[in-house]
Amino acid sequence: MDSFSLLMQGLSAAMDPMILLYALIGVTLGTAVGVLPGIGPALTVALLLPVTYGLDPAGSLIMFAGIYYGGMYGGSTTSILLNTPGESASIVTAIEGNQMARQGRGGPALATAAIGSFVAGLIATLLLAFLAPQVVKLALTLGPREYFALMVLAFVTVSATFGDSALRGLTSLFIGLALACVGIDGLTGAARLTYGVPQLMDGIETTTLAVALFAIGEALAVAAMLTPPDGMHKITGSVRMTATDWRRSWKAWLRGTFIGFPIGSMPAGGADVASFLSYAAERKLTRHPEEFGKGAIEGVAGPEAANNAAAAGTLVPLLTLGLPTTATAAIMLAGFQQFGLQPGPLLFVMNAELVWTLIASLLIANLMLVVLNLPLIGLWIKLLSIPRPWLYGGILLFATLGTIGVNPSPVELGMLILFGLMGYGMRLYGYPIAPVVVGLILGPMAEQQLRRALSIAQGDWTTLVATPVSATLLGISAVFLIVPMLMRLRGRGRVLSQVAGDAD
Amino acid sequence: MSQGISPERRPPNRSRGAAFIIAAGLAGIAALILVDAAGLKQDGGYAGVGPGDVPRIIAYGLLVLSVLTVVSGLKGDLPRPPRQAPAPVFWILGGLLGQVAFLHVVGFVISGALLFGMTARGFGQRPLWKAVAVGIGLALVIYGVFDQLLQLNLPAGPLERLIFGG
Repeated sequence: MDSFSLLMQGLSAAMDPMILLYALIGVTLGTAVGVLPGIGPALTVALLLPVTYGLDPAGSLIMFAGIYYGGMYGGSTTSILLNTPGESASIVTAIEGNQMARQGRGGPALATAAIGSFVAGLIATLLLAFLAPQVVKLALTLGPREYFALMVLAFVTVSATFGDSALRGLTSLFIGLALACVGIDGLTGAARLTYGVPQLMDGIETTTLAVALFAIGEALAVAAMLTPPDGMHKITGSVRMTATDWRRSWKAWLRGTFIGFPIGSMPAGGADVASFLSYAAERKLTRHPEEFGKGAIEGVAGPEAANNAAAAGTLVPLLTLGLPTTATAAIMLAGFQQFGLQPGPLLFVMNAELVWTLIASLLIANLMLVVLNLPLIGLWIKLLSIPRPWLYGGILLFATLGTIGVNPSPVELGMLILFGLMGYGMRLYGYPIAPVVVGLILGPMAEQQLRRALSIAQGDWTTLVATPVSATLLGISAVFLIVPMLMRLRGRGRVLSQVAGDAD
Repeated sequence: MSQGISPERRPPNRSRGAAFIIAAGLAGIAALILVDAAGLKQDGGYAGVGPGDVPRIIAYGLLVLSVLTVVSGLKGDLPRPPRQAPAPVFWILGGLLGQVAFLHVVGFVISGALLFGMTARGFGQRPLWKAVAVGIGLALVIYGVFDQLLQLNLPAGPLERLIFGG
């Protein structure tokens, strides 16, 4: 069956009222966490993982994807009105968007962000639907060594390519990899790094680590800040975009989409990278260069389209290869595993209905989001007036809720506090968070593929570069590792550090 | 999600201490891994790579990163964070530790309310008792929704038993 009819089947399954409800909960939560500074989609999915144990797998996964999409929409609101990105993929939006808000053009900025997100989400989800089956065909030809090479590539791009220091990125990654070793070895059953503590046998829970690093670490870092962030800019005037706004926006939306989708779908960094590249492109191509830095609408339209397209793109490697390229995708992978599903080419064979319902739901979720974010924008702005003590008190209460609900042992809660302190320290000294989470989830998978590949080759390490595909992938990884280092040495590192993504 | 801190570069001598501490931490983790790996049975099978080998590679990587961290600390490349206010950090940590200590004694609602209250206090909310009172209300709602409706098993204390029975 071709993608089109599969997608139509998925659409009819996605129209089920329960599925629609899950999608609606997902996008609403996603928008809320996108709007609120301090919590992002990665953290929210991590918080909800334990809560969804007993729920319907398809519905839960649709909810998670809705949170991811919603976070991309909601983040722009905070960027524009507060000059504080609601999540990391909206950092660039703050540059022009906040300038527009200062000039009383906050309404059109919000509108171009929301409509751009819709256009991009729509096109990118359709691209996902038609591209995924092709990638699956390709993926079926890959063996353990190619998978291992792909994972190495993901490790490198997540940790060392962007950001302002390869050293700190790699350090974060290796901390994640080290934590991944804790527990029973999947191939031999040997207990590693447990030091006789039975609770460590199962390894370190993804949710515990992610919640600690994102929620507790962030709360500590924000609480310890001496200078409070900027105030909010009220929307004055109309939310409507003028004819000029439309004319200047639509090309930026399309360009953003076609920059964002490929970036998201390759293991080359996530939505934050895409939004930065889109901003750079708009700045180069604009006919109003004098407006950039002072509130150019293209600088909002492009990056907001790009980050949504990238979020959809991220689902390509996640669903077809089981390869997460961002922290949110990594935690969604943990979500699949929680339901006994392993993303990868086989998912499209064994659970075809679930996959296509998920993809179709994203189209519907996208429609819900544009409704939630344009006419109801006033509601979301009210969220920003929650006083910070209540907001962070609530975040911490929810952060511990998940861990307490699954495993209320002092060991688990102790780890939560310990990793929370680690997250605080990492924020202080500029260590990125995402590589730790990706390392924890992808580490054991990479080890398994490596040992499988070596088993097949009877312990011959040259097998790793014996096929053109694996050799090329490892070659690209080396380039992505070394070239940015050289750029930083030659003083060109500023570009890379601006693309630094730390969370989603 | 990064509303926090934008680290900036400062004169070298101030960031050395932190670099040494981080490097020591990395080396410590590496040592833990190496000691543990040495105690594992070398059971490589056809691959020739046993359960201890990949951790060992990671440990070597950590050692290299530890040395590089010292070097970058000496060169002053490590960003130095802006001045921090320590009191809020202790309020929040106190709330978290209190929750671990009292969770099974007083139940989810009261220990959670304390965490909520102390966090809010850390963010400047006064007085503490008012924040804790708000926390009790919120924790009760959460307990009701997640324990009663969604069947998440949250530890019950006297307050939960009084209100929800059982």
